[in-house]
Amino acid sequence: MKKNILKVNNLSVTLENNIILQNISFSVAENEVFIVLGPNGAGKTTLLRAILGLVPHTGTITWAKNNISYLPPQELIHKQYLPPLTVQEFLALKKISVKKIYHIMETVGLQKDLADHQVDKLSTGQFQRMLIAWALGKEPSVLVLDEPTTGIDIGGEETIYSLLHSLWKERNLTIILVTHHVHVVWEHATNVLCINKKLLCCGKPEVVLSTENLEKIYGAGVKMYEHRHIL
Amino acid sequence: MSIDISFNIQLAIAIVTSAFVGGISGYIGSLMLTKRMSLMGGALGHMTLPGIALGLAYGFDVSLGALLFLIVGIAAIWYIEIKTELPTESIVAIVFATSVAVALLFLKHEEIDIALIGDISKITFTIAVVTSVIAVAIFFVVRTILPKMIIMSISEDLAFTEKINVQLYKFIYLACIAGVVALGVRIVGGLMTAALVAIPACASKNMSGSLSRYTLVSLLIGAMSCAIGVLAAHVTILPVGPMIIICSAILFLISLFFNP
Repeated sequence: MKKNILKVNNLSVTLENNIILQNISFSVAENEVFIVLGPNGAGKTTLLRAILGLVPHTGTITWAKNNISYLPPQELIHKQYLPPLTVQEFLALKKISVKKIYHIMETVGLQKDLADHQVDKLSTGQFQRMLIAWALGKEPSVLVLDEPTTGIDIGGEETIYSLLHSLWKERNLTIILVTHHVHVVWEHATNVLCINKKLLCCGKPEVVLSTENLEKIYGAGVKMYEHRHIL
Repeated sequence: MSIDISFNIQLAIAIVTSAFVGGISGYIGSLMLTKRMSLMGGALGHMTLPGIALGLAYGFDVSLGALLFLIVGIAAIWYIEIKTELPTESIVAIVFATSVAVALLFLKHEEIDIALIGDISKITFTIAVVTSVIAVAIFFVVRTILPKMIIMSISEDLAFTEKINVQLYKFIYLACIAGVVALGVRIVGGLMTAALVAIPACASKNMSGSLSRYTLVSLLIGAMSCAIGVLAAHVTILPVGPMIIICSAILFLISLFFNP
């Protein structure tokens, strides 16, 4: 049986007298792709921020590992506040060698010649890859990502998730990821936590993502249709 | 307009000292521009006015008086921010407007110019050395905190998970700004400190494609505008503060023709 790397008990968050999360308990085992699913306003981002100690909360949160890398959602990254900064200078803020910078750039699919490009001139997809490279800089064992494909087109979205999937396999990572896309859960999750301020379901996607539970998450009329690609 | 082309040791001291202060103003300005805090320099500059008035009235150093009132002003902003739900910029506006009013009540007519637009022409050798040493010390502190501050400006959440003590770095950063403003008011007065920190950084941003170049060019433009401004003020027998800012603005205009 795999060891738990995160255990959350009765997590509640109240901000400015609004209950954001109520009594949420779950655990994440080593080498899982653990996806937090829920509609907009469900408290997914707050949940991630709470487990990282970024918002006041009640309940207990226990991490068994401390080399955790976090990628905030795009809306919390102030790209417009950046000074003229090259990709190499940005990654060097992590205090890693130039050789390592080139290596992780290659790992995330960024060409070497982008090292001298200004960060604010990168496309959204390249910017996100650079942030993933940043997160990998200190060889984390846990990667926490919040909506990593916001603002990226469908093609780009799939390449980012494929990249995360291969990193998970190659590096034995544990990935905790927030999304509101159900198809991402089907394709990549080993476990899913469904919330809408409260815990709605938690477990293996094929077990818990029933029509009944999807209706609880997104409202009546939501169904899943399985389809197979012939080619 | 008369012209004075004489050169003396007093002028040399003023040029060197203002170059040190201009350099550190440009350097910290590059970080303030990143954090959209350039105008904060102006507000803090205005807060120094009662301190300058006090220094002029009782014959102690104006930068010391300025620093004292900056500490009082920042503490007042911090306290009001905790006690009310007013946005920071509104509280800053209240505190700096009150500071200007208090200063204008107590400043003698002949001292108003010095307080508002600065005067470095009569700086003593000792004060010049102390000022330059403080400027160099602030440079090293800012250089040390710069990488962490850049991460914080991208996202405080990111900084927190990188185990950066956000509150501590913010405090050090604010203390450095207060120090630079206290030094800057001697040269350009309480009225134009925002320009002292903002214009070199803006000019440098136009010309730079990397962080290392951006901070270095900002420092150099800050130092150059102050040195040339003091010299130009001496030659034209015009006030130093405005001449420095005009030099800075000319360098900014030149920067528009550069491509990073």
